[in-house]
Amino acid sequence: MTNEALRELAEYVSERMPDAVRATSITNGELTVEISASEAATFIEFLKSDRSCSFSTLVDITAVDWPERDRRFDVVWHFLSMYQNHRIRVKAAVREDDIVPSIVETHPSAGWYEREVYDMFGIIFSGNPDLRRILTDYGFRGHPLRKDFPTTGYTEVRFDDELKRVVYEPVKLVQEYRQFDFMSPWEGADYILPGDEKAEEKA
Amino acid sequence: MMDGSMDDPRGFHDAETHEQHIRNFNINFGPQHPAAHGVLRLVLELDGEICERCDPHIGLLHRGTEKLMESRTYLQNLPYFDRLDYVGTMNQEHAWCLAIEKLTGVEVPRRAQLIRVLYCEIGRILNHLLNVTTQAMDVGALTPPLWGFEEREKLMVFYERASGARLHAAYFRPGGVHQDLPPKLIDDIEEWAREFPKVLDDIDGLLTENRIFKQRNVDIGIVTEEDIQNWAFSGVMVRGSGFAWDLRRAQPYECYDEFEFQIPIGKNGDCYDRYLCRMEEMRQSIHIIHQAIEKLRMPENQGDVLARGKLTPPKRSDMKTSMEALIHHFKLYTEGFHVPEGEIYAAVEAPKGEFGVYLVADGTNKPYRAKLRAPGFAHLQAMDYMCTGHQLADVSAILGSLDIVFGEVDR
Repeated sequence: MTNEALRELAEYVSERMPDAVRATSITNGELTVEISASEAATFIEFLKSDRSCSFSTLVDITAVDWPERDRRFDVVWHFLSMYQNHRIRVKAAVREDDIVPSIVETHPSAGWYEREVYDMFGIIFSGNPDLRRILTDYGFRGHPLRKDFPTTGYTEVRFDDELKRVVYEPVKLVQEYRQFDFMSPWEGADYILPGDEKAEEKA
Repeated sequence: MMDGSMDDPRGFHDAETHEQHIRNFNINFGPQHPAAHGVLRLVLELDGEICERCDPHIGLLHRGTEKLMESRTYLQNLPYFDRLDYVGTMNQEHAWCLAIEKLTGVEVPRRAQLIRVLYCEIGRILNHLLNVTTQAMDVGALTPPLWGFEEREKLMVFYERASGARLHAAYFRPGGVHQDLPPKLIDDIEEWAREFPKVLDDIDGLLTENRIFKQRNVDIGIVTEEDIQNWAFSGVMVRGSGFAWDLRRAQPYECYDEFEFQIPIGKNGDCYDRYLCRMEEMRQSIHIIHQAIEKLRMPENQGDVLARGKLTPPKRSDMKTSMEALIHHFKLYTEGFHVPEGEIYAAVEAPKGEFGVYLVADGTNKPYRAKLRAPGFAHLQAMDYMCTGHQLADVSAILGSLDIVFGEVDR
């Protein structure tokens, strides 16, 4: 897919759906369309039914967490057209308590993807008939792919020989989970270097 | 007195209307069932022998790969891809390498491209051998897996001779492949590729016209073109229904556009056609392997297998003489390389379907977010749709033909 064709597609899409499309960009030979989350269902319905788009296959739904942003999550849909042989990425920024319209009506395969996004990020999709957790344990709490969720989690499980069942306990680590810091002090680390704490007082 | 017999005094039986109390059975299929292909728990609602509803419970093999990847460097993340679909491992690594290479704009040396194609096709055969033969096992045959696994063993030796590991190879690296192949290995692969069609014919003779195998697979789990789009199918699930879609052809990556191969398609879209597609795809893979070997021997395709630069380690000999090379080596394996800010979706035609990586890079040495798009996840989702109305025994046949591996479904 050439950039020229992508640009044409971007223009076409923003012309036909001016209410939904906020911005379009072409990077690395890929078209990204930013939309407002509330318009997601209608916009994606349009992408599927329009003849020159015909994005009939939903490749993926996921989210990206940017905790420092006001609209914390980016919900990302990827589509593929097997008929026109092109791809598109649709993005919508949402707040933590925003509800995103589900697209199971147009793409039945969205069901599990939305469940996964709900499970991992806690974003709620309205209209999904079966928004249970999917990958995590039964009775799991929290949303693991949020940036403020520790990689180790909060609970660990083991089989208790006396109780003859699996028990849940708070995580006990023999050694602290190591997060290496590779920021080079020569390339502008914006924190006080170890041992430099006193240097500031003098200055 | 038998439970459920007509004149059971305890059961409900209306003498005037002859109405009986009928109840549906709920059964748990798995998580430890040999036909569940790993840890799948299916909650099946049965009306007699007919499956009314099928609710797959997944996540029993969830290891949080995507979360773990966020705290590791790009190179450290590579081996995680072997542990997704652990049947044809290098195809997944390929997607990760492609994503990084696209973002950094690194050109892979020609010889490395050819080696990648060669090993991707070996991976495809590894996968299809396992799937075809275990599907036969799911419907009652025992010999095919024994025959198929013997060949898989030989292929895994080729993996081992290239990378040192039989399954979790970590052989493809951003910027090329880890090491060059010795000429003897290329010769041995060629010899194997010459022998293999005979083995394939044997398996073919065992299954293709087998009465039981056909009874269990023909007209079971039919997929139409509409289903393909609705349920986001890819790979053999698409081709089995007569839709010639193959990413190697439609959106060529690496140097697949130079290779001559055909895309087998099915007619009816049932389990049997998908089996036939896989068998033919193995033959096409052999064809590609022969071409790749021929190209690998050409004098113009000799040379380095890594794009020497920031992404890849310096040559051993350089490290003995050059201080910069030594520093670079140390920094590469501790800090790792930085990938420029941006986002990318890179997809490959893995043996099971479209395997994709959506990578969000923030300019540091670790991915900000990496989403792994596994074909099995979408396929398994359609279980409910495909199994409804089928018999209980067909559930395992359909599951077998979907080609599910839990490493990639649960991630």
